[in-house]
Order: sequence, then C-alpha cells, then structure tokens
Amino acid sequence: MSLNFILFLIFAFIAATSAVLMITRKSAIIAALFLILNFAALSGLYLTLNAQFIAVVQVIVYAGAIMVLFLFVIMLLRPSDEQSIFDDNPKLKWLATFVGVLVFAQILAIIFIGRPSDGLTPDLQRSIEVGTIEAIGRELYTTYLIPFQSAAFLLLAATIGALILAKKKLED
Amino acid sequence: MIPTALEFQLLLPVLIIAAGILISLIIEMFSSKSEKILPWFSIALFVSTAYYSLLTVGHERIIFNSMLAAGGTANIFFFVFTFGAAIVTLISIDYIKKIGMYYGEYYILLQSAVLGMMLMANAQDLVMIFMGLEQMSVCFYILAGFNRKKIKSNEAAMKYFLLGAFATGFIVYGIALMYGVAQTMSIPAIANGLLIYSDNIIFVAGLLLFIIGFSFKIAAVPFHMWVPDVYQGSPTSITALMSTGGKAAAFSSLLIIFTPLFATTQSTLFQPYLVVIATLSMLLGSIVAIAQTDLKRMLAYSSISHAGYILIGVAAGSELGIASVIFYLSAYTFMNLGTFGIISMIENKDEGNLSLNDYSGLGNKKPMLAALLAIFMFALAGIPPFAGFFGKYYVFIAAIESNLTWLAIVGVLSSVISIYFYLRVVVVMYFQKDENILNVEDSSPALLGIMISALLVIVMGIAPGSIINLISNFVK
Repeated sequence: MSLNFILFLIFAFIAATSAVLMITRKSAIIAALFLILNFAALSGLYLTLNAQFIAVVQVIVYAGAIMVLFLFVIMLLRPSDEQSIFDDNPKLKWLATFVGVLVFAQILAIIFIGRPSDGLTPDLQRSIEVGTIEAIGRELYTTYLIPFQSAAFLLLAATIGALILAKKKLED
Repeated sequence: MIPTALEFQLLLPVLIIAAGILISLIIEMFSSKSEKILPWFSIALFVSTAYYSLLTVGHERIIFNSMLAAGGTANIFFFVFTFGAAIVTLISIDYIKKIGMYYGEYYILLQSAVLGMMLMANAQDLVMIFMGLEQMSVCFYILAGFNRKKIKSNEAAMKYFLLGAFATGFIVYGIALMYGVAQTMSIPAIANGLLIYSDNIIFVAGLLLFIIGFSFKIAAVPFHMWVPDVYQGSPTSITALMSTGGKAAAFSSLLIIFTPLFATTQSTLFQPYLVVIATLSMLLGSIVAIAQTDLKRMLAYSSISHAGYILIGVAAGSELGIASVIFYLSAYTFMNLGTFGIISMIENKDEGNLSLNDYSGLGNKKPMLAALLAIFMFALAGIPPFAGFFGKYYVFIAAIESNLTWLAIVGVLSSVISIYFYLRVVVVMYFQKDENILNVEDSSPALLGIMISALLVIVMGIAPGSIINLISNFVK
C-alpha cells in the first residue's frame, strides 16, 4: 500500500464518519462542528489528488469563512445551547485550550523555523505543478469555458431569486 | 483550444438568451416601466432564438472542446423551449398582474430557466448537463414560490426545492461513479468505450443513479410524489412551463445519454427499468386523475401519465423511438401550454375557479375559450386529428417494432382510461347547467398565445409525417 492510499483511507474514513455524525447530532452547534471536520477531511482528499489549490480554497472558503459564519449565527440564535456544552463537559475547556496552543505553536514553527520547500524532488515538483492556480485557470478558460460561464449565470439566477424571495417588499 | 468565430456563431441561440438576461437586468434596473417592456422584450428574444434555431438546424457540429452540440435535435429542442416560453410569456402578461406578483424579475427568471433548458438539450459533457439542470431547477424553485402571499405557493416551492435537491444528489453521485470508471465526463468519449463500461457494475450503477435522478425531473412513478402539490401550488403560468419545457429538457438530457447506448449491442440494458416505470406512470397517472376535481391537480396526474407514454419511446431504444419521443414532447408542450393558458385566464385573483364545477356552462358564457379548451382536451386524450394522437401513434409503433407489443397495449388501455377525465371537462363545459357566475377577465395576449398553441396542435396533427421525417433526419 502506498502512502497515498493510506492517506486516502484515513481522510475518507474521517469524512464519512463525520458526515454520519453530523446528521445524527441533536445539537446544531455540534452538527456544524462535524460539518467543518467533514470539509477539512475533504480538503485532505483533494490534497492526495494533487489538487492543492482546491484543497486550500476548500479550507479557506468552506471550513473557514462559510462555516464560521454559520456557527456564529447558530450561537447567536441559541445561546443556551452553547452554554450547556461547556457546562456538561467542564474538561472540554482544557482540551480546547490545548488544541489552540498546539495549532498556534505549529503556525509559529512553520513561519520561523520550518523550511517547507527543502527536499523537493523533481517528481514532487511536477506533481505540485498539476494543481496550481495557473493550471486551473488555463483549464477554466479553455476546455471548461462554457461550464464556467454558465456557473456565472446560475449564480446570477440564484442571487435574483434570493433577493426576490427574501427582500422584495410586497405591495398592499 | 481557443474557440473559433464559427463556434460562437453556432452557439448563437444560447448566446442570444444569455445576453437577453443581462440586458433585461439593466432594463429592470433603470426603467420604471420595466413590467411593460420586459414581457415584449422576452417574447422578441424567444421568437428570434426559435427562428434562428430552426434556420441553423442543419449545421450539426460538436463545439467548444466537445462541451456542446450545435444543430440537429438540439436545435429542435431549442425551438420547443423558446417558442413554448414565448407562449408562456404571452399568458403571463395579464395573469401575473391579476394575482398580484407584477415584478419584472419574473421575466428574467423565465429567461434564465430557458437558458438552463437549452444547455441541457445541447450538452455533450456530463458537467454541462449538470450545470443546465441546476440552472433550470433553481429558476423553477424560485418561480414556484414567486407568489409569496400564498401559502400554497410557498409550500410548492419548498417541496420542489427539497425533493429537487434530493434528485440532484442522485444525479451527481451517478456522474461521479461514471467519471470514476470512464476517467472522462465527455459523452462522445464515454460512448466510444460504452461496450467495455457496460460490463462494469460501478459504471452501470452510476448510469442507473443518473437515470433515477432524471426520473424525478420527468415526474415518472415512483418518483412523482412532488408533482401534484407543486403543479397545484405554483402560479399557473409557471406550472405551464414546468410541465412542458422542464419535462422536455429532462427528456432531452436522457436522450443524450441513451442515444449512444442504443447504437451498441447493449441497447436493452435499461429496458426492464424503463418499461416498469413507464407502465406504472401511465396507469397510476390515468387512474388517479379520474378522482381529481381540481383542474391543475388533474393535469398534474395527466402529466405523470404522459411521462409514461414518452418513456415507452425511450424504452423502445431505436431511432424511431427517439424521433417519436421528440415528436411527442413537442406536441405535448403545445397542448399543455394551451390548456394551462385557458386555466390561467379563468382563474380569479384569489386562485379560485380552478375546480371542475367552475367550468360548468363555459360553452355558453365563453364559447371561444370553451372551444379551444375542447381542442386541447381532445388532443391530450389522443383523439385524431390532433397532435396528441400522432404522438401516441409513433410511440406505440416504435414499441411494437422493438418487440414491446404488450407495452403498447398497456399504453392504449391507459389512454382509454384517460379519455374519461379529459372528456369530462368537455361534458361539464357544454352539457352541465351553470349555477355560478363566472367572471373571466379578457386578456388578448393570453388569447393570442392559446390560439398559436391550438394552431400548432392542429398543424402537427394534420401533417405529422413531414415533421417526424424532419426529426428522423437528425436522429442517429
């Protein structure tokens, strides 16, 4: 078994499990957190497929921006729910602090100590080039020109619809 | 590869509509009279596209890096969609004013939905089918709930959205499995290796999921549960487009997938599935429609049974079958548009006047409307010399030639059942004493649209041979 395959199995397992856990949770917040985990595992799957850019976008846009916004909305709407999570599990605070410190230390290490581009073999270099923004851009504007443009019209229609259904003042 | 000028020229029907959406947005933004300008602008857009599509029907080519097809059957479908949408626009002009949803965005979304249908009909890539389907479905979800003041309309939009999203899930999963096996999403490329893939259980499962997803969209039994509520709750003009253009677009995508399959020795791979859902749709649609007293609901069940008849043509799996499906879809589009047009004229502003009893004595009060409705009812029931008869005739012939005689017999039986509830409308109109006072607001644009539909239904009934020959030329 290659490393690629093992990574695929791990990420696929996390993605499938978190998806099932997400739809079976009663608390909306915990469900949303599992959805974030699911997105993170998906971006891992993209990485194993040499699609680095999509993996990064998945984390930044979905797991980052959209889901955090989503989570805040849920928390603002149902503050009692959020409180009870920490009341029920007092030790969770320490775990949260520990994970936070760990991630922060990791970021510091990457910025100040790590040398991520060291030890790149030509093979690795080539596999990185497959999933770059440049490659994606070229595909989008040549082979996938029409689907790309039609996605724009789809989003336009959805925007008009959202405004019509949610914003338009009714007469009378 | 960089697209050439010729490719853009061949794509012109789609580009006209796309540009029209953007221009309509600008009109809506700057003009205070947009509600008056937009419908006529849309009609000009739709009719010019329909004309151009017929003009270039002979230029068959695969364009834009084998993403889209131009000419041939795609252009015939373009004509059906855009001409149908032009009639829907004519019907809508006074209708949306009457029920109080007089917004210019209505027409923009109508154009968007047609753009989606067109992309579905000329797709040559699974991605394009999906994009077109989503474009059309999103517009329909919105338009179904366009009448926000009515609870039924909201319910229809919600149901349609949830079940539609569910069906989309099936389609995406099917596409993913097919891509996993074939390593490509281009339909010509998949068609080349179809004989190898058709032994692969994962590919067949993907294709089956894809077809199941589209069975939702064409409203075939057992995936029909959303149809009656959505057709009843949506604004009547939208139901008209949903039940005709929407269904035709879903069938056009199915044909794109099935046509290469029919050319191989595996042409009967999905016949058992298609035969079962065709039989169920025909019988259930016809039998349940008998019990309906609401006209829109009755037509919803009738639309389910028509999906069954059309599926017979798909199940036949031959060139004649495909040609008969296209003929049936065009005939059905104009019969149904006319019927819904009349219903939208008779409907009052509180969505009343929709039950069968409200039509009693219509023959005396509005002889013109009653006569037109009678024509459409005869056509839907499949009585010659109208288009509906020849639609069914060609479909049944295709079935018999493919050794599916028993399916044709079931189809004939089902049409006999359906004659009861179609003719009941005619009987109520002409022979029942009128107790209620019916206030029908005259609407000349709607009447024009209905008359054009009636004319097309009659022309297709008088000269079916030349039309089916035209279609057969492009089916291969």
